Amino acid sequence: MKYVDEFRDPEQAKVLLREIEELASQVDVGSNRPLCIMEVCGGHTHSIFKYGIENLLPKNIELVHGPGCPVCVLPMGRVDDCVALAETPGVIFCTFGDAMRVPGSKKSLMQAKAEGADVRMVYSPLDALELARRHPDREVVFFGLGFETTMPSTALTVLQAEQESIENFSLFCNHITIIPTIKAILDSPDLQIDGFLGPGHVSMVIGTAPYDFISAHYNRPLVVAGFEPLDILQSLWMLLKQMVEGRTEVENQYGRIVPKDGNAQALGAVSQVFELREFFEWRGLGSIDHSGVQIREEYVRFDAEKKFSVPDIKIADPKSCQCGEVLKGVIKPWDCKVFGRACTPETPLGALMVSSEGACAAYYQYGRLDLKTMAENSDVAEESADQGARSVA
Amino acid sequence: MNEMSKKATSDRTRRRGKVNVDKVTLAHGAGGKAMRDLIDDAFLDAFGEPDDGVLEDQARLLMSDLSAQGDRLALTTDSFVVDPLFFPGGNIGTLAVAGTVNDLAVSGAKPLYLTCGMIIEEGLPVETLRRVARSMQETAEKAGVRIITGDTKVVHHGAADKLFINTAGIGVIPEGLDISSANAKPGDVVIVNGVLGDHGAAILNARGDLALEADIESDCGPLNGLIDAIINICPEVRSIRDATRGGIASVLNEVAEDSRVGVLLNEQSIPMRAEVTGVCEILGLDPLYLANEGKIVVVVPGDMSDAVLQAMRTHEDGQDSVVIGKICEAPAGTVVMETLFGGRRVVDMLVGEQLPRIC
Repeated sequence: MKYVDEFRDPEQAKVLLREIEELASQVDVGSNRPLCIMEVCGGHTHSIFKYGIENLLPKNIELVHGPGCPVCVLPMGRVDDCVALAETPGVIFCTFGDAMRVPGSKKSLMQAKAEGADVRMVYSPLDALELARRHPDREVVFFGLGFETTMPSTALTVLQAEQESIENFSLFCNHITIIPTIKAILDSPDLQIDGFLGPGHVSMVIGTAPYDFISAHYNRPLVVAGFEPLDILQSLWMLLKQMVEGRTEVENQYGRIVPKDGNAQALGAVSQVFELREFFEWRGLGSIDHSGVQIREEYVRFDAEKKFSVPDIKIADPKSCQCGEVLKGVIKPWDCKVFGRACTPETPLGALMVSSEGACAAYYQYGRLDLKTMAENSDVAEESADQGARSVA
Repeated sequence: MNEMSKKATSDRTRRRGKVNVDKVTLAHGAGGKAMRDLIDDAFLDAFGEPDDGVLEDQARLLMSDLSAQGDRLALTTDSFVVDPLFFPGGNIGTLAVAGTVNDLAVSGAKPLYLTCGMIIEEGLPVETLRRVARSMQETAEKAGVRIITGDTKVVHHGAADKLFINTAGIGVIPEGLDISSANAKPGDVVIVNGVLGDHGAAILNARGDLALEADIESDCGPLNGLIDAIINICPEVRSIRDATRGGIASVLNEVAEDSRVGVLLNEQSIPMRAEVTGVCEILGLDPLYLANEGKIVVVVPGDMSDAVLQAMRTHEDGQDSVVIGKICEAPAGTVVMETLFGGRRVVDMLVGEQLPRIC
């Protein structure tokens, strides 16, 4: 595939990996622990597992899979609210696909759908608006979810609904912001993160300046990274280079997508429609100040939380779950007491097991590998190539 | 043909009925003349009459005909509920025949006879039924099987979605063949007969709610001819599976589990159309889990690999056949893929439906 394959070239990867190993050997974080680098974004987590990048890195680099999967950090109480909205008579509840399976305290949206709620999977908030146009006799609720990446499209959809005076459309807003969350992680006393891979698609909207405090106040380097495997390797290389040279800066590896100042139009739409909430509840991390947005008073008639009665009951995370510690990088997924036993992708207890971007699900699905036995079989690539592999692309 | 049926054929005077309305109504499922007309018009017209011309409540098969062809019967059933009914590369009828034929053929059986159960939502255009039935017959002829009995039900609007089809099939397994997903052994190789994911991507695309403009056709079609060619050259073939729902990932996980072996895939050699990888890239789907309707995953002993590949590539349904991996001892029960990028990852069984990621 053009413009994609270029970023997946194994030959270039080898060169980068050699240099990464070389650089990593020059960095000493002390106390005999590995170098910990957090990829904030779930998209990175997904790529890292999909391409098996973790196994390629030198042993003294440890990747910590951060909180940037909006599905994973959604607290149970909010899922219950979704289910309540979806079960309201007359409502068509529209959601992105991967939120379907997130467990609420009683059921997931998928279970609610099976029991008769009209839950539709959409790919864009505009699909939900189209449903509202087509079903004027129904109330269409869009489940707005995600970081700054998806916020602008939701904001623009609300503005479009206003312009067309579509009254049967509303938004259940669960959009969250990344910066306060990174700050909360940095403020955590058990923090052991030496550097960050910054979220590329969030930065496409907000630019790179909002991260400046990380280098200025917390003395950690951050590199805004793209999502292809070479992007990730190059970003790791840039982080290590900073560490070796004793710099802590915000750098942008994803320049082909991320402008320094972000996208003014997108930011304009976001601030026109949304304002910061005082606080927002995160699964595993608890309540974080100013980490979510809500609909401004001017657009309140599109706010599903006001239009319908939403239970809004806080549900504590299951006690056995250690999602929070995994999110902060304090423990690895397999260190959690319920990982792979009570908590599996089939019956997830914690949200990190639900989405393929969640660290636990990624480890469960992609990571359970006995590397030693596999290494013994490593000749398959050459053999298959001999037997006439054909490229159809 | 026995004496009785010869007589019946010669005495046959019944004229076939015709449906004179555009849409199927509940009357067409009520068992009376309207139903008989629908069966005549849509189904018998396509499938042909029974040998003896008499429509009994069951088809009758000669045991001696069957036992002459092998020592075991293979029996399978499958229901088809695809939406939309028509899509680039085929329709629900093509699928209903090819799917069941392939389920028989992967056991090594020679597929012989199919049944056809139709559940029709009232209001379906009669012409749609005629088209579907004609496609079923065309596919059956291509596969060399006959549709010999059936059932028609019409349900209220909303009780079914347009048209559901169930086909059951029987075939005969020749003596001595033992093809099973429990037979894979370390040292075997894994072959597929061409590009993967076309059917799944074509259906996603044909639903139209994604507003993508990709030119992808379903690969649906009967594969018994290709499977014949494989068995001819390599009767000791270990396992053949058609990679339908759940894609090659699910099939290979079953082989790994049933044979207690590891499967090591090489991502670079997995053949896929650029359009299909593109659709997956945009939607956040993994093509290894996309459905195929004309692709088989074949496990053969390593030393037969070249011969089987050559035989497959000379068949029209196997021109793009390629080795995609091999069977190893460990980790037993697991499928591992060497990624394009040189890393490794587990290719697990799909948990539920494949859900697109949001960002």
